[in-house]
Amino acid sequence: MKFLKTVKKNGPLLAMVFPGVAFFILFNYIPMFGLLIAFKNFNFARGIIGSKWAGLNNFKFLVMSGDAFLILRNTILYALFSLIVVKIIEIFLAIMYDSLSGSKLNRFNQTVSILPHFLSWVVVAYFGQALLDSERGLFNQILGTNIQWYSEPKYWPFILTSFQVWKVIGYGSIIYYSNIRGIDSELYEAARIDGATWWQQVKYITIPLLQSIIIIMVIMGIGGILYSDFGLFYNVPRNSGALYSTTQTLDTYIYNGITLAGGSLGMSSAAGFFQSTVGFLLVIISNAIIKKVSPENAMF
Amino acid sequence: MQVSTTVNTKRKKKKDLTADIPILVKIFSIIFTTGLSALCIIPMWLTLSISFTDEFSLAADGYGFIPKVFSTKSYEYIFENGSMVWRAYGVTVLITVVGTILTLAVVSMFAYAISRQSFPWGYQLSFFAYFTTLFSGGMVSSYIVNTTMYNLRDNPLILILAGAVGAMNILIVRTYMRTSIPDSVIESAKIDGASEFRCFYQIVLPMAVPVLATIGLMRAVSLWNDWNTSYLYMPTNNAWAPIQLVLKKIEKNIEYLATNANNMTPEELERMQREMPSDGFRMGLTMMVAMPLVIAYPFFQKYFVKGITVGAVKG
Repeated sequence: MKFLKTVKKNGPLLAMVFPGVAFFILFNYIPMFGLLIAFKNFNFARGIIGSKWAGLNNFKFLVMSGDAFLILRNTILYALFSLIVVKIIEIFLAIMYDSLSGSKLNRFNQTVSILPHFLSWVVVAYFGQALLDSERGLFNQILGTNIQWYSEPKYWPFILTSFQVWKVIGYGSIIYYSNIRGIDSELYEAARIDGATWWQQVKYITIPLLQSIIIIMVIMGIGGILYSDFGLFYNVPRNSGALYSTTQTLDTYIYNGITLAGGSLGMSSAAGFFQSTVGFLLVIISNAIIKKVSPENAMF
Repeated sequence: MQVSTTVNTKRKKKKDLTADIPILVKIFSIIFTTGLSALCIIPMWLTLSISFTDEFSLAADGYGFIPKVFSTKSYEYIFENGSMVWRAYGVTVLITVVGTILTLAVVSMFAYAISRQSFPWGYQLSFFAYFTTLFSGGMVSSYIVNTTMYNLRDNPLILILAGAVGAMNILIVRTYMRTSIPDSVIESAKIDGASEFRCFYQIVLPMAVPVLATIGLMRAVSLWNDWNTSYLYMPTNNAWAPIQLVLKKIEKNIEYLATNANNMTPEELERMQREMPSDGFRMGLTMMVAMPLVIAYPFFQKYFVKGITVGAVKG
């Protein structure tokens, strides 16, 4: 009775959360239960509940197909690149923007560097084609070569990481930049009075004070290690089968399972189950570690 | 659950400090950051140049930064014969506007309710939202649920529903409302007889404009750029194809031609090559898709900057 009274009293507020709650249930919570299809022999006509159980068959096929190792390797290596190398470049860039702050050129450069962030990967894939087309593309013209970029997997680790760096660092550096700008300038003044060089100020003031935001960014990155920048890996190599050995990640593999006529929904759902559950564990574990090391940076 | 307010964008008279930085460091920084800007512009410049180059010149000389033979034929073609392109453009604009309004409406109402001190389930609902960022059903599962249970295949509604309500957005708006709108303002309005809804849209919404602008603009950009949802869910509904899907499909046909040229009959091959849009057309279309955002974003830059700096939310 008391509960009903509280509900009634908060009726208007409950009505306001209702659309959001409905959204979360329909598009987030029900698909969580949809993960069960990894253990089923899914059939569109029978639906999720009606499809027959398949035990661990989907997982068995995935492992036996021989792709699993390659996909996992690509996913993790590219993720580590964006977790470590890209972050270092972003921090480096933020420190440089800070060293020039106040000038008009600097403001212009910052604005321009964010530009790629606002382009869709489909658009960027066309830029890629302008550079990489084997007959007319800029790269072959400059290098004087005749390389078939879209059928030579060995070049793609460099191409993909370059495109990623190009697209994200401008936007990614903002968060470090604004943190650097927030550092109390008295710290730097005191250091200068004590005779600290510019590099010593960066090393002993700027970087230690960025530590907490770096930790937050890294934890979030570790939680997403199995999720790649899907648009990049799907569009820029034009989903070319010849390149899969160096371009296929978990996301593109799963996507191909849904969209390609010959794709296997069963193996995709098994890969998706792995991605969701292991991704969840990684978030929990990394958060627990942070809770031990520096509790104030823990996410929950 | 609280937002880390480590970000302080206010400048604390640091200007005199940059004078102290060694000149070599400054020169290096200028070269590096200006070089990066050049790299950001180059691919777009190249694409723009291709779209203004004569097709025969492209075939003979390849792509270049300055059109060897200038031509506006690609754009003329798009303007004259591109009824499909214009329709797709309209669809994208419509989806962006309606989708952004939908997101703002749902997110702001949810955030308002859980920001109220008197609301007894604020904590539980925050967690209910936050949990979706930790664990998800993934792509296959969402696809199957959306198509088999909700019948959203080839239904344009999916374009505004997918990703409409993000937990992080809700938590950002909630924290903003809590910290910058005093509870006493709402309480006194209620004493004066204002209903909960009235408090929301007459007091809280106007005060929350800065944070809602940030979230709305980020959602608008992601709607404009979304090729994935339409590609996945709208395989045959051409009437409702957004512009990104049109661009994506052209690219896919080229890839198909490149990989299957050997297996096709000469007639088939000839037909496909004839129907294939020219390089100038494709690059022109690419520019038309990219340009609205490139032109608009410098004006809204401060909101986007705010967006990423408040994005580091703790649950």
